[in-house]
Amino acid sequence: MRYAETGFNLEIDLSRGNIEKVATDPRETGLYLGGLGTNAKILWDRVPPEVEPFSPDNLLIFGAGLLCGTPATGCNRTIVSTISPQTRLMAFSMMGGFWAPELKYAGFDKVILRGKSPDLVYLWINNDNVEIRDASHLKGKGSIETAEILKKELNQPKAQVAAIGMAGENRVYYASIEQGRSSASRGGIGAVMGDKGVKAIVVRGTKDINVARPEEYMGLCNEVLEYIKFREENPIPGVMAILSGLGSPQEMKVHDEKWHTENFMWGNSRTRRKGFWTEDVKKQWKKTMENARTRLISCFNCPMKCGATISMPGFPTYMMKCFTKLTYTMGAFSDLDFGLKIAQRATEYGVDGFSAPQVMAFALELLENGILTKKDFPGMPEDNEGRFYYLLDKIVRREGIGDVLANGTYWAAKEIGNGAENYAHNNIKKHEQLPLKLSMLNPIYFLMYSTGEKMNITQIEGQFPQAPFPTREQREEFVKDWIQVPDEKFKQYFLDWELRGENSIPYYPTVEMTCEIVDWQERMHYIDDALGQCAGLSSFPLKPPYHIHNYPKFISSGAGIDMDEEKLTKAAKRYRTLVRAINIRRGMRRKDEKPPENHWKKRFPELENDLLDGYYKLKGWNNDGIPTKEALHELDLDYVSEDFLKRGILTDGKDMPSKDASSKKALAGKETN
Amino acid sequence: MGDKKKKIIKTINIDVNQCNGCRACEVICSCFHAAPKYSSNNPARSRIRVVRDPLRDVYVPVYAGEYAVAECAGRDKYTIDGKEYDECSFCRASCPSRDEFKEPDSGLPLKCDMCEGEEEPLCVKWCLVDALTYKEREEEIEEDDEKEDREELEIGLESLASKYGLEKLMDSVARLSKKD
Repeated sequence: MRYAETGFNLEIDLSRGNIEKVATDPRETGLYLGGLGTNAKILWDRVPPEVEPFSPDNLLIFGAGLLCGTPATGCNRTIVSTISPQTRLMAFSMMGGFWAPELKYAGFDKVILRGKSPDLVYLWINNDNVEIRDASHLKGKGSIETAEILKKELNQPKAQVAAIGMAGENRVYYASIEQGRSSASRGGIGAVMGDKGVKAIVVRGTKDINVARPEEYMGLCNEVLEYIKFREENPIPGVMAILSGLGSPQEMKVHDEKWHTENFMWGNSRTRRKGFWTEDVKKQWKKTMENARTRLISCFNCPMKCGATISMPGFPTYMMKCFTKLTYTMGAFSDLDFGLKIAQRATEYGVDGFSAPQVMAFALELLENGILTKKDFPGMPEDNEGRFYYLLDKIVRREGIGDVLANGTYWAAKEIGNGAENYAHNNIKKHEQLPLKLSMLNPIYFLMYSTGEKMNITQIEGQFPQAPFPTREQREEFVKDWIQVPDEKFKQYFLDWELRGENSIPYYPTVEMTCEIVDWQERMHYIDDALGQCAGLSSFPLKPPYHIHNYPKFISSGAGIDMDEEKLTKAAKRYRTLVRAINIRRGMRRKDEKPPENHWKKRFPELENDLLDGYYKLKGWNNDGIPTKEALHELDLDYVSEDFLKRGILTDGKDMPSKDASSKKALAGKETN
Repeated sequence: MGDKKKKIIKTINIDVNQCNGCRACEVICSCFHAAPKYSSNNPARSRIRVVRDPLRDVYVPVYAGEYAVAECAGRDKYTIDGKEYDECSFCRASCPSRDEFKEPDSGLPLKCDMCEGEEEPLCVKWCLVDALTYKEREEEIEEDDEKEDREELEIGLESLASKYGLEKLMDSVARLSKKD
């Protein structure tokens, strides 16, 4: 008997219309856990680097995390993996909501799509009955609209639907997969779904999920619930409201947006507006939000209310979460009323809330600076808000200039030329980033931005406070009940971290400490992504209920896989390295590992070099960021080094290219990305 | 006058405005009632269901009540504060008209037992948003069972007698008593 997982994947060949229920190998679960880990293994095995993102041979994998569907609070994430059309690397996107547990209850751990359907179809998974059905009547429909139509048509109000909108159908490089209150948005996975001709996947399941040692597992679940209650009653003092509690940043609940609006950049990540948050704005935005918000809502089996139902006058109701609240508003230099309205349309079209507004602001910047002209925008309204609606429509339909912009700022700038590259200034590895421009280099963030293959800082950071606390007393208070640290030394690192003086950024935390801090933060995210646990109760917030000390117990008693901290750390390192290996095989190297050039004003090339060197070394990667033969062997990944040797990515006995060569490459970086 | 008897009334208060739609109640219910306890979970086996339609802001946690052999002659559709609820949204019955509150394998009806043996129903314990809260109250009831029963019985008999005539009624009673 398999515990926590079902032991079956659903393999669907869209070209041939073939559906297979395939038993999985439990040894793979032991090595790669599930979710992201086993997704990565499948991508490595079956999608060689020659496969283009829009090739029928690219896979689109919907993986439910290992513990999804068990009673572990907040464990509900679907990890969607494929090769991204935008970054051309492994796409890294996840969604909460209700879909993954429903898939488990239907008796599957993953849905693996290959091939391409000649006509638009949807998949109907009803326990063991799986069908590919015609979706021609859903062409051009919104993602939420599609879900509602399908639930009605099938007379299945309890079914869960993951769907794409027009952006996905038209292969916009930052198209999302939407699932009501959640979405998998980053990396253009919706475009791959559209390319495969799949409009939606509908799931309904009524089977059991078993756990290995019930009493023990339930005890752990209850401890987590108790800790959540404790953390709700004891927010962390000294940090801003959205970082003091658990969950995703509570953007739907909290009205105070002084920090975001005055510290994040507006427009095409250009302008900081100090003094923006006036009494008037505060009052107006609060009123807008309170009128719009019907209810604060949650994902499956989670008490955190990170989302909300939003109804704007004249617009259909939709659901929102987190920072999309502000991305459109700030991209367009507008107000919350506009932001909540256009986000409704953007959700139906199915586009990523980070990339889309930046692309639109980028286009308008090009127009202002004469790189694009009015002729490129026929019929565009004069008013600011109108222009954003216009651009959004053009992009998702790939009409005119929209066809170019639909590829994101990196590719659009390349195609437009004429200096447009300088305006695609906020990317890492061709992917639009949070609109942040800061002063002093932060070594921890430098490493996370540079080496994080999840491409989105919120899915890399967490655990360690973002900034030092001003006084020693505050720091001592903070570390008192900091049970989550994997090692006591992290407490000392934090205690000694000062705002100013010798022990402050950029040289403190030291290179070694920084590497360890980043490694810890990254590890927790990777564990979450394999288990299906939402980062909001684990890797993202400070002092979360799930951590390296209780996770092994969850896995042992839940999945029946013998696990301890050391083994779990190694497993996470194994599939984290495998993700890197997939990207290395697709050409990613040290030269690509850098934040946007203007992310910090004050840069320290030598220190940055040392940081990368130190981190690569800690990870077992050579100076070009390639995992070494020895490191791969230790992680039972000999098949990776064999492949690397065959392809000439590694040469026997020459794991370490001369440091000079790689440093030069890293610093030469003239190209935009 | 009969004896005063104490009776414990168990009530789960359901505040639909507090519900966040997460269905933790369904998860823990099906866990608790699994055999062995907590060994599996499956919301389809739960004795509480959240009737949920987020876009219409409908969130109704409903508990499995009595089994009904037949469906109602008619249906009710409530509108509360301008929100229209589907037919049967508030109904607790396991009945032929819908698939709620039936074991998915056997189709046998399910019924909430308030998690007997636990301090409070576990759905309440797991509902951190306070959509579900639990109260026990003791009621003293004057129980003159026999007198009450007899009064009720006589009302019933009188109406039967007036419908069928006393003689027919007495014949039937005599026949029924012979059977035993």
